[in-house]
Amino acid sequence: MKLPSVKSSFLAAIAVAAFLAPTLAPSAEPKILHFAFQGELKSVDPYQINESFSLTVNGAVYEGLIRRGPDLRIEPALATSWEVLDPLHWRFHLRKGVKFHEGQDFTADDVIFSVNRVKGPGSDLKGVVPADAEVVKVDDYTVDFILKTPDPLLINQWDTWGIFSKSWSEAHGATEATAMNATTPPYAGLHANGTGPFILVSHEPGVKTVWKRNPNWWDKPIGNIDEVVFTPIPNAATRVAALLSGEIDWMDPVPLNDQARVNANPGTEVLAGPEVRTIFLGMDQSRDELGHSNVKGKNPFKDVRVRKAFYQAIDEDAINKKVMRGQATPTAVMIAPSLFSLSKDFHRFPFDPEASKKLLAEAGYPDGFEVQLDCPNDRYVNDEQICQAVVGMLARVGVKVDLNAEPKSKFFAAISAAGGYDSSFYLLGWTPTTLESFNVFQYIMGCRDPKTNWGGNNVGGYCNPKVDALARKALDEPDEEKRDEIFAEAWRISLVDDVSYIPLHQQALAWGVSKTTHVIQPPNNSYRFAWVTKD
Amino acid sequence: MIAFILRRLLGSIGVLIAVGLIAFAMFRYVGDPVNQMVGIETSVQEREQLRHQLGLDQPTIIQAARFLINAARFDFGVSYQFKQPVADLIGARMPATLELALVASILSLAAGVPMGVFTALHRDSALARLFQALSLIGISLPTFLIGILLIYLFAVVLRWLPSFGRGDVVHIGSWWTTGLLTVSGLKSLIMPSITLALFQMTLIMRLVRAEMLEVMRSDYIRFARARGLSERAIHFHHALKNTLVPVITVVGLQLGSILAFSIITETVFAWPGMGQLFLQSIQNADIPIMAAYLLLIASLFVVINLIVDLIYVAVDPRLRVHLQRAPV
Repeated sequence: MKLPSVKSSFLAAIAVAAFLAPTLAPSAEPKILHFAFQGELKSVDPYQINESFSLTVNGAVYEGLIRRGPDLRIEPALATSWEVLDPLHWRFHLRKGVKFHEGQDFTADDVIFSVNRVKGPGSDLKGVVPADAEVVKVDDYTVDFILKTPDPLLINQWDTWGIFSKSWSEAHGATEATAMNATTPPYAGLHANGTGPFILVSHEPGVKTVWKRNPNWWDKPIGNIDEVVFTPIPNAATRVAALLSGEIDWMDPVPLNDQARVNANPGTEVLAGPEVRTIFLGMDQSRDELGHSNVKGKNPFKDVRVRKAFYQAIDEDAINKKVMRGQATPTAVMIAPSLFSLSKDFHRFPFDPEASKKLLAEAGYPDGFEVQLDCPNDRYVNDEQICQAVVGMLARVGVKVDLNAEPKSKFFAAISAAGGYDSSFYLLGWTPTTLESFNVFQYIMGCRDPKTNWGGNNVGGYCNPKVDALARKALDEPDEEKRDEIFAEAWRISLVDDVSYIPLHQQALAWGVSKTTHVIQPPNNSYRFAWVTKD
Repeated sequence: MIAFILRRLLGSIGVLIAVGLIAFAMFRYVGDPVNQMVGIETSVQEREQLRHQLGLDQPTIIQAARFLINAARFDFGVSYQFKQPVADLIGARMPATLELALVASILSLAAGVPMGVFTALHRDSALARLFQALSLIGISLPTFLIGILLIYLFAVVLRWLPSFGRGDVVHIGSWWTTGLLTVSGLKSLIMPSITLALFQMTLIMRLVRAEMLEVMRSDYIRFARARGLSERAIHFHHALKNTLVPVITVVGLQLGSILAFSIITETVFAWPGMGQLFLQSIQNADIPIMAAYLLLIASLFVVINLIVDLIYVAVDPRLRVHLQRAPV
């Protein structure tokens, strides 16, 4: 008789506690996350600019049909499932019962509206849906995408393609991402209405942005944050000080010089990890005469021996140790190991100045030559210092490099397609937005075709039709493993046989976080507020 | 007198047009704005289309003329980066900068004048020497270094003051925001205003000291002594009063430069003012913001100079006579 009563009172206590818990919760202090970044949030309309920071932060408000987990694996989000009926016909089943922050129901009409908006004027994300794809509403919760050409990577970028509410956008004249010649301020540039875990409270451009938790979110957040306050702090020393003093909980990036101090401070630490961005050197292989060199009448980079000589003259391990303080991951491929299953089969050409000199002599440049290296100085981690190291290393094999380090606004203006790819030798970084190899072949390795923007960021103009054919063949291959084998073949031809580029390293992420704040750091450097827990 | 003001105003318009033209001539060197507006995968055609929409494919002189004509109607266009009207963006940032400049000016006067008087009167005392040494530091240390040193001492080590931002602000009227009415706002103001005031303070201190020494040597001070006036009356009633005329002129003119050169202080403290906005806009090649800011600062200097000229006329009778006889 005694035992059951103890048990029942125990159970009663649990019941009381369970009953009290929700009523106690509001009296607990709200968990406010203070987050700082070096740049500003340019708009709360995610279609405005295809920039990783804007896409990832706005992702707290606007969700896509799919999303990516901490390991970057594709997960269902607003679409609960999808099937490829045939390679040209995809069917998506939408999540039922989802509401936008302002109460509108999420249906197939919103998806079709978002397709038109993202393909429409002013959008910088036009590439997420093929231009010739047709989108058909089957019923309120089923949508078909009908393609003209097969595209197994159709949904790869959809984690950052957020779905807008049709009725909300129409009610506020926000049916288009802002065209530049707009005379009235765009509504969606200051207001937002998505289905995501956080609701936009206020956005002062370049000053402060505040979000609060969406209590009606369809999913359960991993973390416990009630409110997020974002402040841009452009000055690195101030950003570090704000973290050390405990005024902010999370910031990005921590400069390499300050990492030891952040780690030495008892309350803070640096979260480092390899980023999916690859840093590499490119060489102009298209012009008959280099634009910035003392070699006249011919282009030394057209000779694969010269390209290989440059490759072998560069001591990437030294760059990693001295310039990157050991935080980078040297790489032999132009794509991060986490995004390409066969990357371990590739190895860098060994650093060997003697072999390099021999190759240069064979190519007809026993005394080297002179060339300009174009380099941004405010874009990548220690970009200018990497270039300085390269200058010194090439000098040892007789090549005189003139360093032209510029702010990114000038650097990209010169080397881009619009600037006529005006560079003979340059440093660049690339993150494939689709998080797989094809994107790199499309933009960096492909033979340039201004009509389709194929090879649009192939500054050096490397072109091997065999590589292009392989990349396109891979796109027709639905099986991921077989696809990677085709890509491996294409990488072997372009990087080993042709030495088209000199890959350097994967730079490291460096987030500064307070030890009472627990964040998850995916390698594509995305900030997910719903994954943050504060003690 | 009215003719004088009109002439000066006409001249100011010339100055503003010149500033606009020079600014636009320089913008071509900040890089390509379109590159900062789109992602790296955006095609050449789309970029060209955007360039055309923005009028960036037109000759510089036409772009500048269009900007100036619109500016004359107070239409400064839309920011390339934020897609918001430039007037709104600058308007939202202006209170932060004005408050910072005002507090810094008051601080530099309140500390600079007494220190200047003291160092002039007690030239050989230890305290005067200390002030002199401090002023040397204030004049030679770069602003960002002072700012960062203050941040490390008071925000990181002592944790007394916030390291960045403006704290909580209170809205007054439709667009003004003030940090003067909240505790966190006042605490946030301390370090930036000291950083910004330090250079001005040393300038004022040295100016007051030099003027005071000059005045103390003059005949009327000697006669005042001969009349048996108290030292106190001589120093503060006769000497200081005469010292202040040039000081006020300089302070007035310096107010313009405090506003214009708060850029560095604002960046170090992530102070959400116009200077920070301007610096961001340079990095982003955001031409409408740069142009509007430069024009605003130029107008400010024009107005301050005009006021200073008018005060001169009011203060100095000789100038008034001169004006009536022949134009300056």
